[in-house]
Amino acid sequence: MDSYKPQDFKQFLNRRKIKDQVAHGLIVGLSVVTILPVILIISKLLIEGIGQISFNFILETPPDSYEAMTAVALGDKIPRGIANGITGTLLMVTVASVMAIPTGILTGIYLYENPGSLKAGLTRNVTEILQGVPSIVLGLISYLWVVKHITNGFSALAGSISLAIMMLPMIVKTTEETFKMISPSIKEAALALGVPYYKVLVRVMIPTGFSGLLTGILIGISRILGETAPLLLTALGSSQINLNITEPVSAIPLLIWEFYNDPNMVELIWSSSLLLMGIILILNLTARKVAFRTVK
Amino acid sequence: MNNIITIKNPVLSIHDLYVSYEKGKYAVKNVSVDIKRNSVTAIMGPSGCGKSTLLRAVNRMHELYATIQTKGSIILNGRDIYQMPAIQVRRLAGMVFQRPNPFPTMSIYENVIAGFKLNGINLKKAQRDEIVERSLRDVTLWEEVKDVLYKKGSFLSGGQQQRLCIARALAFNPEIILLDEPTSALDPIATSKIEDLLVKLKEHYTILMVTHNMSQAARMSDYSMFMYLGELVEYGKTKDMFTRPKDRRTEEYLTGKFG
Repeated sequence: MDSYKPQDFKQFLNRRKIKDQVAHGLIVGLSVVTILPVILIISKLLIEGIGQISFNFILETPPDSYEAMTAVALGDKIPRGIANGITGTLLMVTVASVMAIPTGILTGIYLYENPGSLKAGLTRNVTEILQGVPSIVLGLISYLWVVKHITNGFSALAGSISLAIMMLPMIVKTTEETFKMISPSIKEAALALGVPYYKVLVRVMIPTGFSGLLTGILIGISRILGETAPLLLTALGSSQINLNITEPVSAIPLLIWEFYNDPNMVELIWSSSLLLMGIILILNLTARKVAFRTVK
Repeated sequence: MNNIITIKNPVLSIHDLYVSYEKGKYAVKNVSVDIKRNSVTAIMGPSGCGKSTLLRAVNRMHELYATIQTKGSIILNGRDIYQMPAIQVRRLAGMVFQRPNPFPTMSIYENVIAGFKLNGINLKKAQRDEIVERSLRDVTLWEEVKDVLYKKGSFLSGGQQQRLCIARALAFNPEIILLDEPTSALDPIATSKIEDLLVKLKEHYTILMVTHNMSQAARMSDYSMFMYLGELVEYGKTKDMFTRPKDRRTEEYLTGKFG
């Protein structure tokens, strides 16, 4: 065997330095690749869309094709806005939340309370499968159940139900995880004071885990805000502002789809996307902010 | 059994208590014991000997395990606790846990009054103030927190938090206070404060505590129980038990041969 020479060690160190630099470069480079699309998307939306955003954009319904065509031909901005989409989205997200939040929280509590039970295990697995169901399939199901049999036509209710099913697994999961993070001794302390179980849940556990639950809810909402596929089959769309849940309504993502398909209106996709993205971004940032106030 | 002394006019008496978590396996076996009013009684024994289960059987907190089975009777101030609703029992027997566990969303004031608040018992402001002040004075915390009553309890030090938890248990004026290793998560100074406090509290309350710490039992308890494998091996005055243990197992435990 050759004897060990100091210069070997120097060579070895040099090789290692190069490897280090390559690895470092790769990590930085790939991180940039990851965040680059977000920056590009947001800047594109800002550049193309900000010009359209005004009070009218939020308060008025879209122009018809002819109006839009005339405006484009004259080199003007397309007039009016997407108020029907904003109200439709708000309506459906609200109804979906009213359905999904209590159901999800109660299911999450059930899973937390029965970690080892067979029924809870089954529920947990089914919830996970539900999370993986493609949204278009949820739209189809809601079409079959609600559009065909309950509202006898396209409706906000049908849209809300498909959105509620979409956000349900997320709320179940975050409820269970949040409650698991709360020290069991907090629950014991309340029970040892002779507090009935349901009051322990409502007055101690839910307030203690409030920020966690809120984070889950906000992320759930921001997830369904941009959903388009199930709405095509359920809410259908409407050119009017409509707050009746048994009637068809529009939604911001539905409008984006419609604008995309109408050559005269295509300019509006950017401002609509910018608004939608802005709402989702604000919700996500709020969710992050409340998540940091976790319970000790 | 001559290793177990009898007590006249006890506040709590346990008769032939058996508790099992699994069928055929007993965590507490055939325990019969009387607890003297206005005294500190320590329950000692190696890990897994059933001391916490015995303590929790007194306020029926052990029933949180779905599979639990209990036989025997526990009489608290003349009333059989298994003949009344569990939530009522828990208001008569206050409990303090190993780790301080003030409610994190509540202020110090609300923590003390939590038993009333969470149970929906409405009190006038003056009554609430009185209970909060009395309970905090009882645990010698009043002077330290009287200016920050509306701050969250979680800002206090560990020892202060544990005294707050004792105050929370005292607010109901319980017949007995159950403590499950109340100082095991605290530093020596906080521990000695709690010990002094418990000795003082026995003027008005009866204290039953589980402890892992033999010298703590020797320092502050009037009576001691020694449990082993679910059975009550010996029960007597602490002084007698530490100087002349009657059972060989007690002696071996106290001299550090096992445990």
